[in-house]
Amino acid sequence: MPAPPAIEVERLVKIYKTVTAVDGVSFTVTPGSITGLLGGNGAGKTTTIAMIMGLIAPTSGRVRVLGAEMPRQRYRVLQRMNFESPYVDMPMRLTVRQNLTVFGMLYDVADLAERIRQLAEQLDLTDLLDRPTGRLSAGQKTRVSLAKSLINAPELLLLDEPTASLDPDTADWVRARLDSYRRERRATVLLASHNMAEVERLCERVIIMKRGRIEDDDTPVRLLARYGRLTLEEVFLDVARGRGEQSEAAQ
Amino acid sequence: MIPRTESAFDFQPRRVAAMMLRYWYLLRSSWPRLIELIYWPTVQMITWGFLQYYIMQNAGFFARAGGTLIGAVLLWDILFRGQLGFSISFLEEMWARNMGNLMMSPLRPFEFITALMVMSVVRLLIGVIPVTLLALLFFGFNLYGLGLALVAFFINLMLTSWAVGIFVSGLVLRNGLGAENLAWSIMFLFMPLTCVYYPVTTLPVWLQPLAWALPPTYVFEGMRALLIEQAFRPHLMIDALALNAVFFAAGVFGFLKLLQSARRHGSLMQTGE
Repeated sequence: MPAPPAIEVERLVKIYKTVTAVDGVSFTVTPGSITGLLGGNGAGKTTTIAMIMGLIAPTSGRVRVLGAEMPRQRYRVLQRMNFESPYVDMPMRLTVRQNLTVFGMLYDVADLAERIRQLAEQLDLTDLLDRPTGRLSAGQKTRVSLAKSLINAPELLLLDEPTASLDPDTADWVRARLDSYRRERRATVLLASHNMAEVERLCERVIIMKRGRIEDDDTPVRLLARYGRLTLEEVFLDVARGRGEQSEAAQ
Repeated sequence: MIPRTESAFDFQPRRVAAMMLRYWYLLRSSWPRLIELIYWPTVQMITWGFLQYYIMQNAGFFARAGGTLIGAVLLWDILFRGQLGFSISFLEEMWARNMGNLMMSPLRPFEFITALMVMSVVRLLIGVIPVTLLALLFFGFNLYGLGLALVAFFINLMLTSWAVGIFVSGLVLRNGLGAENLAWSIMFLFMPLTCVYYPVTTLPVWLQPLAWALPPTYVFEGMRALLIEQAFRPHLMIDALALNAVFFAAGVFGFLKLLQSARRHGSLMQTGE
């Protein structure tokens, strides 16, 4: 019997007053997979992820995460998931170790000192542990946020633009760490991004969103073949601008 | 049925301790935050202390009522600083853009509120204990001389400050930092109505029922009875406690409703105004 989906999203709608941010989105994510949620600004990626996390209540439709209805049953599963987003920060005055200690206690992590040591080693943070988080560079802060998101060794990891504002070298390093974590832990990862190279490198499946709707949903290889393109960036541009318009422009 | 550990009403002391540790690290790391805790209570106590000293030399009534002004200032500070201590710890999360991390963690609302309440007492004690000692040194007013009555006053004032702090935190959660000013100013609405510096009978008759609907009014009346008539009136404290139970329940209910509304409106992901 196949394992139940890690995430089930069914006819999800979010309307803010007169603005429809998410418009009837449905998809499932299988356990242990890494799925990219691709879309331009305002496509509805962050709102969709926030509804999956239970931070935003849907206007209609339903979200089930690890078998729990969100946001109503969120406390059943929050211990088993975590997230990273550019819309939240770690407290800047606290040192890296203090921040990880606080979040480790919130997630009831056993043998917390050892877990912090492990993460610091894996994410190259050992020398930064006793420095205030606010005094770190953007790349170092991202690694700290990543350490926070991995503190409870989550089964489900939700990442919203995990490499935004990083230089290519650091971004590549972060992607490699995420990939190895996913393989070792057999964790499910849902990654929202508008970085095509990132999605192409990491994701087994890509969901492309535009104006709150799913425009396409397939593996990167099949998307490239279907659109007759060499890169996901070109596919994304086709979708963003409308395929017909793109063909006309090419002609 | 949802197991207890998976329900919204689960209560894990380790998570409360995590939040208290977070605020303690913050306080420890910032000397301006520590100075601020002591600065305003000291300035206020000294100003009012000298005023009382001047009046005592010129009016017979106040000579008998020694300490009422300083006592009122110190008790008002417990009420005001208690609420502010609660609200500032909460606002620290908004300023740090950390609310999303907390709301996405297994931390329950009651655990969060408990941590904020404990930290408000810690912050208050850091600020008020030195000031009470200065009051004794400069003006010979011994707040601790109020004895057990002080415990009753303290509990009632803290309960009111928490109730207001919890409700204001809900408003900030729902409306963003645009509602931050409420945290700084809302308690001043209580100042004239709770009759901090004068008896309730000073108010117009039509306003007096409103004053008696506020728990701190009973505390300040009780304090004046103790200092002027040397009589402790337990029924005032019991009435205040009953009203505080209503205020506290209303504050928590309001917070939970505003949190629900924040989830509907997407405010938990917003950090600005």
